[in-house]
Amino acid sequence: MKNLTQISEECRKQAFDLNYFGAKKWKSAQKGRVLVGYLPIYFPREIVEAMNGIAVGILGVGDQKQVIKGDAFYQSYICHLPRGVIELALDNNFNDFDGFIFPSICDCVRNLSGMFRITKTGKFSKYLDFPQNFNPLTGGVFYRQELGSVQQEICRINGVLPSVKILNEKIEKYNQNRRFIENIYAIRQEFPWRLSAVDWYCIQRAGLMMTVEEHNAILSDVQTLLEENQGEPLDNIRVVVSGSFCEQPPLGLIKSIEMAGCYIVDDDFILGSRWIQGDIDSKSNDPMNAIVNAYLTQSTFSSALYDVGNPKGARLVELVKNRKADGVIFCAASFCDPALLDRPEMQKSCDEAGIHHINFQFHENTGQFKVIKEQCGTFSDSIKLWA
Amino acid sequence: MSNKKPEVQKEKSMLLQKEMIAGLFKDLSTAKEKGKKVVYTFVPGNITELILSFDMLPVYPEINALQSGMRKKSWEYIKEAEKIGYSEDVCTYVKCDIGMMLKGNIGPTDEKIPDPDLLLLSYTGCFTFMKWFENLERLYPGVPVAMLHTPYQEDGKITPGMVDYMVKQLKEDVIPKMEKVSGKKYDEARLSYMLEKSALSEDLLVKVLESAKLKPSPIDAYFAGVYYIGPIFTAFRGTTQAVDYYSELYKEIQERISLKQGPITPEGELKEEKYRLVVEGPPNWTNFREFWKIFYDMGAVIVASSYTKVGGVYDMGFRHDPKNPLESLSRYCMGCYTNMNIPQRVELLCHYIKEYSADGFLINSIKSCNSFSAGQLLMMREIEQRMGVSVGFIESDLVDPRYFSYANIKNRLESYFQMLEQRKLILQ
Ligand code: SF4
Ligand code: SF4
Repeated sequence: MKNLTQISEECRKQAFDLNYFGAKKWKSAQKGRVLVGYLPIYFPREIVEAMNGIAVGILGVGDQKQVIKGDAFYQSYICHLPRGVIELALDNNFNDFDGFIFPSICDCVRNLSGMFRITKTGKFSKYLDFPQNFNPLTGGVFYRQELGSVQQEICRINGVLPSVKILNEKIEKYNQNRRFIENIYAIRQEFPWRLSAVDWYCIQRAGLMMTVEEHNAILSDVQTLLEENQGEPLDNIRVVVSGSFCEQPPLGLIKSIEMAGCYIVDDDFILGSRWIQGDIDSKSNDPMNAIVNAYLTQSTFSSALYDVGNPKGARLVELVKNRKADGVIFCAASFCDPALLDRPEMQKSCDEAGIHHINFQFHENTGQFKVIKEQCGTFSDSIKLWA
Repeated sequence: MSNKKPEVQKEKSMLLQKEMIAGLFKDLSTAKEKGKKVVYTFVPGNITELILSFDMLPVYPEINALQSGMRKKSWEYIKEAEKIGYSEDVCTYVKCDIGMMLKGNIGPTDEKIPDPDLLLLSYTGCFTFMKWFENLERLYPGVPVAMLHTPYQEDGKITPGMVDYMVKQLKEDVIPKMEKVSGKKYDEARLSYMLEKSALSEDLLVKVLESAKLKPSPIDAYFAGVYYIGPIFTAFRGTTQAVDYYSELYKEIQERISLKQGPITPEGELKEEKYRLVVEGPPNWTNFREFWKIFYDMGAVIVASSYTKVGGVYDMGFRHDPKNPLESLSRYCMGCYTNMNIPQRVELLCHYIKEYSADGFLINSIKSCNSFSAGQLLMMREIEQRMGVSVGFIESDLVDPRYFSYANIKNRLESYFQMLEQRKLILQ
């Protein structure tokens, strides 16, 4: 078995491969395979994998690529993620991709789906309108139609019809995937020094670039390795990072938070992989229905979901308590309406629960972390002194 | 020389509209004593007829925000919202509304706007609406929220499944909540009767907007257009008052056509139509008159605009249908401009450029509004390529005065008009 450093290093390479070589290689290994890209946050990837495809996560270009053409497509007051994505499209990084899924999260992602249609990127572009009505007979029926149209697009390309057996198998693989991820979060909650937040981030993110089976194998090794004692605890506080569910903070930023004395014990960086809480029924005669029901009843809290009746603020407070965290770092991409419009109410919930918090904004290509590090350092010190 | 601005010229329809709005705010200010229920909702995809059919009064937070912008109050409200943690980066309509609420919710007629009895989140064409009402729900604890999720026309069409989804939401969630809040039963016959009136007003509005195909255009379909759409996009669609207003407006426009007159602007009639433009994007409200005057000074008329379609693209044939009331309301919500996908928006704008014989296409890109702004630069290129017209791009904001730079916009527009002039000469 490789050691943690080797695994993290390999995952880092895969996670940030803007040419998607791994996924393209997988596709080219067999005729009839389909390659689909999806944007944040959540998409039930199992339905693509069950149809001889792979759905890879497109999370922008971060600080890995200089955006030139993309800037000519977006005004300065629009977040960074879509400009990097359009740059990738224009630079042919998406050659070999068959189609793209744009989950409903904000109007930037929504309109990007139309831009892909105009630029004729891929064979299909599907804006996936997740229902904001959670009644199975209303929102559920609608969501099923939405997913059905994705299946039709894939079937049009490779002629594969969805099979109950294979879909159930894939659902089970994703159940395992989520279990591994949750187990590792649980280990890190107790022993955060065993695996740095940056390494853990890369390992999770790499999962968006490969099949679930490959990722499960990696996670299984990571879990085993983490069960052994290693590293030395530091006198750090424990924080939950909230608001980076779409445009991703650069690695340097995540590192700066830790170096400033904060163990990140939970976050929403790769939220899509953890969207469904718990298992999805993998023995059903109607697995699509199981996927639909899981979305309706087991979704985590998110800025992309209508939350009246079950407010995000209260759910964040619960998460902080469960993780025994000392505070929250609200860390949202600049110009990200969904995250930034949720922030005041979530901060208020933290205040009411006596939870300390700080906030800042970033761009995926932010290169200077000095101020953020200082801010986090002060936050950590103040908690250590006064809490 | 006096710096006094010339008196704004007012026609009968404008006075009529003013009376209607004053009446609405009066009703709102006495709503609580009279036991009238108040529903907060949004302009795009509003289901006003349904609200009115329960004898409830609608309030549109975006209208409050734009009026605050016009009354130069928005900055004070935005600051208030930023003080409690709203980022500088987010939609300023939301901040303006929340700030106004924190400052006592005093409306444009200096009367208090009552608190809502129901928050009707008709979530059409803009994701921020959802965030906005989640925030309001917490600021008005205990007020019920009815969610009406409007599916986006991602594939450029409205499918039966989408209609079904909306009708079910209306039947299972929205109408029962309205019945509970208002204490009245849903009355489909009454709703149908109102939809008949809606269709009448819609016919007249389309005639008004299409008059801009004439040369010279008797109307400005953007700056004046925002007044023309007022009653139909807000509290009056489905009422006799709205039909009367549009009849009067149409009569005035016919008169102008017979006299070959140009549009009436706050500076007076536009005597010479030099340029005909199609405009994409909302206007700026904080400096509305100055903004309009730049166009007036250049002899530019906006012959068609996308902003006047946010509450319905009636000129492409949609009419509320009294025979299928709930289905028709659903189709209406899904058909609004910002609920159309980007290729559809491009198609519509190209259609306008052609049908209205426009010389140019201009985008006023709004910092606040991702729903409009994300993708506009690609739309502009696509339209330039397809139509071969001169395109222009300016940036401002709806109600945040920090983002309206008069000098910058004027400079850009002057260069744009020079380009249009040269092009005209070449074409001649
Ligand atoms: S970062 Fe925020 S605004 Fe930008 S695409 Fe993602 S969710 Fe939308
Ligand atoms: S983003 Fe645009 S459409 Fe949405 S609320 Fe703000 S101004 Fe209105």
